[in-house]
Amino acid sequence: MFSHLLPEFIVERRDDRCIRCRACERQCSFEVHRYDEELDRMFSDEKRCVGCQRCAVLCPTGALIVRPHPGEYRRNANWTGERIQDLKKQAETGGVVLTGSGNDKPYRIYWDHIVLNASQVTNPSIDPLREPMELRTFLGRKPDVLELRFNGGDYEDVEIATELHPNVMIETPIVFSAMSYGALSYQAFKALAMAASEYGTLFNTGEGGLPRELRKYGKNAIVQCASGRFGVDPEYLNCAAVIEIKIGQGAKPGIGGHLPGEKVTLPISVTRMIPEGTDALSPAPQHDIYSIEDLSMLIYALKEATNYEKPVSVKIAAVHNVAAIASGMVRAGADIIAIDGLRGGTGAAPKIIRDNVGIPIELALAAVDRRLREEGIRNKCSILVAGGFRCSADVVKAIALGADAVYIGTPALVAMGCTLCQKCYTGKCNWGICTQDPYLSRRLNPEIGAKRLVNLLRAWSLEIKEMLGGMGINAIESLRGNRDHLRGVGLEDWELEVLGIKGAGE
Amino acid sequence: MSMAGMDVRRVRGGARGMRRERLPDKEHQACGLFGVIDRSGRRFGGRVAIEAVMNMRVRGNGLGAGFAAYGIYPEYKDYYALHVMFQDWDLDAKREVDKFLEANFDIVCSEEIPTNPEAPVIDPPLIWRYFVMPHKKGEERRLSDDDYVVKKVMHINTKIENAYVFSSGKDMGVFKGVGFPEEIAEYFMLEKEYRGYIWVAHSRFPTNTPGWWGGAHPFCILDWTVVHNGEISSYGTNKRYLEMYGYYCTLLTDTEVMAYAIDLLMRRQRLPIEIVAKILAPPMWDHIDIMDERQKRLYTTLRMVYAPLLINGPWTIIVAHHGEMFGITDRIRLRPITAGEKGDLLFVSSEEAAIRAVCPDLDRVFTPMGGEPVVGRLKSREKELRRRAEEVV
Repeated sequence: MFSHLLPEFIVERRDDRCIRCRACERQCSFEVHRYDEELDRMFSDEKRCVGCQRCAVLCPTGALIVRPHPGEYRRNANWTGERIQDLKKQAETGGVVLTGSGNDKPYRIYWDHIVLNASQVTNPSIDPLREPMELRTFLGRKPDVLELRFNGGDYEDVEIATELHPNVMIETPIVFSAMSYGALSYQAFKALAMAASEYGTLFNTGEGGLPRELRKYGKNAIVQCASGRFGVDPEYLNCAAVIEIKIGQGAKPGIGGHLPGEKVTLPISVTRMIPEGTDALSPAPQHDIYSIEDLSMLIYALKEATNYEKPVSVKIAAVHNVAAIASGMVRAGADIIAIDGLRGGTGAAPKIIRDNVGIPIELALAAVDRRLREEGIRNKCSILVAGGFRCSADVVKAIALGADAVYIGTPALVAMGCTLCQKCYTGKCNWGICTQDPYLSRRLNPEIGAKRLVNLLRAWSLEIKEMLGGMGINAIESLRGNRDHLRGVGLEDWELEVLGIKGAGE
Repeated sequence: MSMAGMDVRRVRGGARGMRRERLPDKEHQACGLFGVIDRSGRRFGGRVAIEAVMNMRVRGNGLGAGFAAYGIYPEYKDYYALHVMFQDWDLDAKREVDKFLEANFDIVCSEEIPTNPEAPVIDPPLIWRYFVMPHKKGEERRLSDDDYVVKKVMHINTKIENAYVFSSGKDMGVFKGVGFPEEIAEYFMLEKEYRGYIWVAHSRFPTNTPGWWGGAHPFCILDWTVVHNGEISSYGTNKRYLEMYGYYCTLLTDTEVMAYAIDLLMRRQRLPIEIVAKILAPPMWDHIDIMDERQKRLYTTLRMVYAPLLINGPWTIIVAHHGEMFGITDRIRLRPITAGEKGDLLFVSSEEAAIRAVCPDLDRVFTPMGGEPVVGRLKSREKELRRRAEEVV
């Protein structure tokens, strides 16, 4: 515990409602609540409270209110409370301030400055309750031309002469982001796998491997090959739908990862293929990739290892020169370009990196899509985007800007219970999502978690269909890159230019 | 030539001194379509097409109409017939075009297209026709005649102000302008002057008002013409995909996207309309999922590879080139199309009434399903296609 810090939250207990059941005490892994038997009273240590709201929602009598602490330093636009507290933490420890989940700083969220179109008069809107509305999407490289061979003059008997690159079909353009077993609890990880499998989409193993008994979900897995190479073996690669080389992550571009030894339990050590209790360190770069040629070699090594049967994705963080990098990746053989933006989530990252490095995904996506089209290679890859997608409208806008599909991480975690307290790195997640403590992770039932995730996918898909129908479109491919259906509101000219959209009213 | 695509404006606030390219507006319109082919190759006058499209008067608003006719220049059938419009009778533009054509083609005939000055059209431009043979030099010898002509036509359309090529195919021509179809037909004297074996007609109802002769339909590239009714909700997707293949949409109409998509798939990639129809208006996944394995694989692959060329929203088109005419409507049939047959004649139209107006005793009338093309081919061409297909086997 740090000294001289103001508490971030205040815990108000309405004593007339409290029945001393001590549920809050049992639920809180941060040990905020304590029962004093002699006084028959509940006490709270507010300094420990992270505001995860677990106690408040589980209190059977609704006796608890947890809200931001009213105690403040003198107001100062430059020296905010957060800055002061971070300084105090650093003064006390001499360390890097850690945090979890995505960038919470008020950078412009472009999705909130882009509006969608709808059909009126000249073009009928299509009612998804009455007409088919198609979201099926293919991820992978497409040829420029399809060569066909016709047997007989009636064009009924047709053979495909072109040799096709592998593509993976998903039923909705929403895929679960890379979140490893290790960062996530086994239960949360399994729930993602089950949900992806049930809905017909993909989950991403992150860099922590895929436990052997979960390889039956391989058909719906994107397996990562990251700088630590944890859990990578031929079976791991071959059981998957897609292989992803992780170069970077939106929450921490340019730096690696560190799963502390205390989280490396026996099953995690087996899955990651490292000794139990040792730190799992992912270096910042992949040490066999110091250039684009090196990337190409790894891409083709992975393709060789899987008999060219699986698309290979390369995931990078959205950085300044993202368009040129993406173009190089496609030419190096990547079938899928995954881009993670400034607001991408994480289980643990230095706060200074999370809050200051990278560019917003909206601008990165628009720039990459444009660049690949200018070079005539847009159909040689699929674009997957990640980083701060909050709702189905964000997904629709991303697809209209040019994405093939969207990675969602935080929304999936929220569906399973996460409240964005940003303490993922502590391993004390009260919701059983981001922890290896069996007492906590047991709180998440994988079947129920999967059900909630499937519901989320379904709800977003239904909303996407409504928006598509409104635009007079009945197949998602007709929205892809269709920037005519977007207009900017409250954006500068340079922003409209980068996004390649008109301003509203234009 | 619409210059909207090149319009730029200063950035507000201007501190960065940067310019933003103004993104062009797209036209919106609805229309009446009619096409007829005599599959025996017999040529006939323009009257059938004129009367049919007149019968759909409410589908136009007098802001544009046009005709395409095939087989009209038998005496020059080996030469590319360029119909060129000069906006505002711009004779400088004409001189420039003359010079350009002389430098790049052998011109065997150059004359004003005969017109009827009594016809009630407003502000007609000067319209000239040239019969030419490519005269390729240097590097350009490597291009096929067709590609060479496309390149030169694009040059005139984009580089010579006030000049615009209406049509550029052999033994065919496009006649179009601002007015109702009967007015345009009267102006060009289509009933008496020309006899063709395919006639396509279009009456236009633009919902914005560009009263520009070049903006009327049909849209033509080489001997391919397209007339179109509808609004494409996938315009942005289609347009940006076509840009990757060197097609830049300068006319800002949905029709242009259609024409380029068809040029890419049919002329350059040599796919037959039976397949192209499944790209532009593919069957639903629900339908594909219950097909037999072979069909399923074909249709899935077509949708996967050509997803950006799915044309979404309401549309009907009639496409013609030598020997073939076809009509097709969108996958959920949001715009009308009707076909009729009488002996060797095949009609395709927005309305059955238009067909009945010119041929009351049809052998057969039918409404095709969404995405099912109605194809009329010259019998000689049918035979040729069958022969070629058998050779492959």
